[in-house]
Amino acid sequence: MTQFLRVAWVVMRKDLTVEMRSREIVYTTVFFATSCVLVFAFALVREGRPLEDASAGILWISIAFAGTLGLGRTFERERHTETLRALMLAPSDRPAIYVGKLLGVLVLMAIVEAVLVPMVGLLFHAPIFARPHWLAALLAAGTLGFASVGTLFAAMLVRARSRDVLLPVLLYPITIPVIIAGVRGTAAIFQATPDEPMTRFWVALLVFFDVVFVTLSLWTFEPLMTE
Amino acid sequence: MSRIVVPLVLVAMVLFASAPLVVANAPFEQTMGLVQKIFYYHVPSAMLMFVSALLCGIASAVYLFRGSAAADRVAVAAGELVVLFGIIVLITGPLWARKAWGVWWEWDARLTSSLLLWMIFLAYLLVRRFGGPGSEKLAGAMALFGMANVPFVHVSVNYWRTLHPKTSVVMTLAPGMRGAFWFCAAAFAILYVLLLTLRKRLEDKRAVVEQLYLAVED
Repeated sequence: MTQFLRVAWVVMRKDLTVEMRSREIVYTTVFFATSCVLVFAFALVREGRPLEDASAGILWISIAFAGTLGLGRTFERERHTETLRALMLAPSDRPAIYVGKLLGVLVLMAIVEAVLVPMVGLLFHAPIFARPHWLAALLAAGTLGFASVGTLFAAMLVRARSRDVLLPVLLYPITIPVIIAGVRGTAAIFQATPDEPMTRFWVALLVFFDVVFVTLSLWTFEPLMTE
Repeated sequence: MSRIVVPLVLVAMVLFASAPLVVANAPFEQTMGLVQKIFYYHVPSAMLMFVSALLCGIASAVYLFRGSAAADRVAVAAGELVVLFGIIVLITGPLWARKAWGVWWEWDARLTSSLLLWMIFLAYLLVRRFGGPGSEKLAGAMALFGMANVPFVHVSVNYWRTLHPKTSVVMTLAPGMRGAFWFCAAAFAILYVLLLTLRKRLEDKRAVVEQLYLAVED
């Protein structure tokens, strides 16, 4: 078990170190997410007033879009330098490599969200400090659900043709429950009188989703990545 | 295998030819009248769509963990049939909805989850088609994840909205309707088995041809 966690930690640190040197993915993804929110602002803000209830949806759509981009880039780097094969040849558990990759993606998405949330709060008048712990719980559970499926699919797609198109094609239909739960849960705390039981229900659904899909991913990563 | 196919084709032809008569003779539903008859085609297709999705998911899991190529061929056949029956469901549903609810499409729980299931399997076929070599495994994972996703889609969409008649309606049908319904359900089930068998056989033949090509090249 400690060996497993050590491998996961090393893989994550490797990804973050590479990223720290160029900051390519962080900069481009954050910029992409920001422009996403701006596009929504231009589409939905009329006469200086944002559409009511739109903020939760915009937040989660931007997270999903930016997450897809980040996932694609993370594995594109591995493909470009032919290092995924080396990673797979390492004498360690395959699931540990998956967990390491997943942690790297989660750190990246957390950075993006740290920019996105205040921005949505600012531009769409969303009360982000109404129930901060519930918002954090929704973001954490939702991001984990999205990233767990995304990391697996992006890893598999490295070898496939037209991988850039296929990642969202595969990922969005599967992660629809995450989007619904995220948007509904966030909308429940963004409304004038926050509806905590509602948010609790959605967080519970997300946690359940996370458990099932992380388990499934760990379980299928080995057979899927074997050539 | 071919011995089952011919009688099945005959039975299916007879059933589908007489289905309009059976449906026409079934009693009229009080509030909906004629439109309710869509039900006899819509519900069996929907049932088979879900059965097929389950079959595709299980076959894909067997393929992924056991490496059985035959299971993968079953999965392709079932995956394509999900999309085919899904098209029937998604065409007959709005036709009925237009009359019953006054709109073509309503963001109702069951409609939305059927649409999403259909999309997952459309994505499955897209990966198979355009993913290039080695995409069978990827598609297999998609089918497996898609199957695992069904309860989540169901719960989340259910909490989101609900309008559709409950599925328990099938068990509480009037006697006259019940006969017609199960008649149609049987016809569709036979059609399904037939299509699945034929599609699987095509895939088997294709695998054999590929083997032969490889043998010639060596």
